[in-house]
Amino acid sequence: MKKKDRSRLPMLAQTGPVSVWMVLFVTLPLLFIIYISFMSRGEFGGVVYEFSTESYRTILDPMYFTVVAKSFRVALTTTLLCLLFGYPLAYYIAKKPPEKASRLIMLLMIPFWTNGMMRLNAWMLFFQMNGPVNYVLTHLHIVEKPVMFLYTDWLVNIGLFTNMLPFAVLPMYSSIEKLQKSLLEASYDLGADRKKTFFRVTLPLTFPGIFSAIILTFIPALGTYTVTDMLGGGKVLYIGNIIKNQFGAIRNWPLGAALSVLLLVITALLIFLYSRFAGIEDLEVV
Amino acid sequence: MCGVDALSEAIVSLKNVEKWFGDNHVVRNMNLDIAEGEFLTLLGPSGCGKTTTLRMIAGFEDATEGTILVEGERVEDKEPFQRDVNTVFQNYSLFPHMTVYDNVAYGPSIRKTPKAEIRERVKEMLDMVQMSGYEKRKPDELSGGQKQRVAIARALINRPRVLLLDEPLGALDLKLRKQMQIELKRLQKKLGITFVYVTHDQEEAMTMSDRIAVMKDGVIEQIGRPAEIYRRPKTRFVADFIGESNIFEGVVEHVGDRTGADGSASGGARLLGIRLGAGRVSACGEGFSAGDRVYVSVRPESLCVSREKAEGFDLPASVTDTVYMGTLTKILLRTADGQEVKYSRFEQEEDLRESMGVYLCWQPEKAVVIPAEAERGESR
Ligand SMILES: Nc1ncnc2c1ncn2[C@@H]1O[C@H](COP(=O)(O)OP(=O)(O)OP(=O)(O)O)[C@@H](O)[C@H]1O
Ligand SMILES: [Mg+2]
Repeated sequence: MKKKDRSRLPMLAQTGPVSVWMVLFVTLPLLFIIYISFMSRGEFGGVVYEFSTESYRTILDPMYFTVVAKSFRVALTTTLLCLLFGYPLAYYIAKKPPEKASRLIMLLMIPFWTNGMMRLNAWMLFFQMNGPVNYVLTHLHIVEKPVMFLYTDWLVNIGLFTNMLPFAVLPMYSSIEKLQKSLLEASYDLGADRKKTFFRVTLPLTFPGIFSAIILTFIPALGTYTVTDMLGGGKVLYIGNIIKNQFGAIRNWPLGAALSVLLLVITALLIFLYSRFAGIEDLEVV
Repeated sequence: MCGVDALSEAIVSLKNVEKWFGDNHVVRNMNLDIAEGEFLTLLGPSGCGKTTTLRMIAGFEDATEGTILVEGERVEDKEPFQRDVNTVFQNYSLFPHMTVYDNVAYGPSIRKTPKAEIRERVKEMLDMVQMSGYEKRKPDELSGGQKQRVAIARALINRPRVLLLDEPLGALDLKLRKQMQIELKRLQKKLGITFVYVTHDQEEAMTMSDRIAVMKDGVIEQIGRPAEIYRRPKTRFVADFIGESNIFEGVVEHVGDRTGADGSASGGARLLGIRLGAGRVSACGEGFSAGDRVYVSVRPESLCVSREKAEGFDLPASVTDTVYMGTLTKILLRTADGQEVKYSRFEQEEDLRESMGVYLCWQPEKAVVIPAEAERGESR
């Protein structure tokens, strides 16, 4: 008996603190959010602890539904852009010798050591009515009058894309880099040209990295509110802003919680799909 | 002389091929003609350039200089996927995301072969390598020997004229290795495909090959039939690398009459008297004159041990060790200058005891005399 206890101790010592931490700061708050989402809204904001599914019914309201749909569209566009530009970039980096590759990765990461707000402000300055982009466009007579870039879905997409790109590139880089060169050679040897080899060998074998990239870009893009707040000016609404507003200005906590639960379910679904198709152990989280 | 008789028969030809990796000279002035239907082995120690040679034929490396011809056509401008050769890779390189069936079907399916025909050919291939029934398995559900068979089936399904094999049995255990050696050889004979086979296992090379090219530091030291290479090594390296050999260093003292008894048709061999550090010996050799520095190579089974000096020999030695190995007895001796000599024989007479003094000799035509300069393959 004693012996058994002692053998268990090291494991407990290793996982114990983390488990306590996870339960205290992740599981409990999550459960609390789910709990709140089924409560009623107080007359002056806050939560009244009475069971109600009103928040969930509100989400089905067409207005909210459009917002959710739009958020999905933007997140999807961002993800697609990240894959489209990220995969070739990751491929390019992976084919470089290791030293050069790590330098390129560094280059990719440098913008992320600056403050996120600063970066977004820079984009705003760049694209504002009397900013450099409009200056060039009007002087080259491509447009007559300065274009209003700010607060459009378009700019939000650019902001999200540049924000998320590294998180798409890193997992894809690591799975391309792991791809054995001899498998490509085997494919050439059997008569497949570069294009066929790419679609039949490279792409399927780097799929785990691609899926990680999808998760790592789609989920944050869906839930973001800083980018959409600033570049969208709060004028165009996304699910992330709404959640933030429900907990902040509007003080409809149950609705905010219900929307959060919706995001959680989507996230869980994606991860479930991933574990089914790619094997969870391959998840490339850097 | 040992090359392919008529050049037109060569299915693969390397002409003055050089390969540099940076300032590492990996293949040096290689000339090699491989005949159609031949089983040719590139044999040599690790790092001597065997894989590099194979990869140049397959198209994965470019030769720095020289030409490579496959079926009489220069191939330097052809991509690997345009060359009519297929490779069995050292680590198998099966596609891990595909089943055995899809792996084997890869070649024909790339070529848009009709589905029904693919099915038939895959079945035929898997039958041939005795892997039918495994179609639905993934490569990581196979043993090493099974992966090997699938890799061979995958490479052969395209019906290449030439199959390149890079240490295909390297990862298998001894027993399976022996079994696969026999199967591979049988397959090669049956299909009549030219095999270019890489190994660093001289026994494997001896049992399987029609011809062996022994390589060292990017140079083919000798090329010929296994028995020829075994009996008539041209350089000290080959004598040492192929089988067991006793190699004595010495100087030619006098050149005797023609013997006409050196086994081959050439009557030019003469009986040579050679002075060693620890005595005098005789051997047959061609084209030597007195004063030449030479190596004398004698196989353990060609050695004789007796209590008296034989004619032309004066090489005393003492027995240091005897090992009985079933039918074979291995005896270790040491000459006066400390060189270890290996001697093996089939009789089990217990006449040799440790620290016993004896004389070594051999039939002069059984020994091979190698000029000392030929040790450096470059000089030719
Ligand atoms: N891609 C490469 N870049 C630089 N040097 C290389 C490259 N490939 C091989 N070499 C060098 O070329 C030499 C010959 O290599 P090769 O792989 O042909 O040897 P090998 O005879 O096949 O040896 P082994 O029996 O160990 O497989 C080695 O010194 C190796 O370090
Ligand atoms: Mg090799």
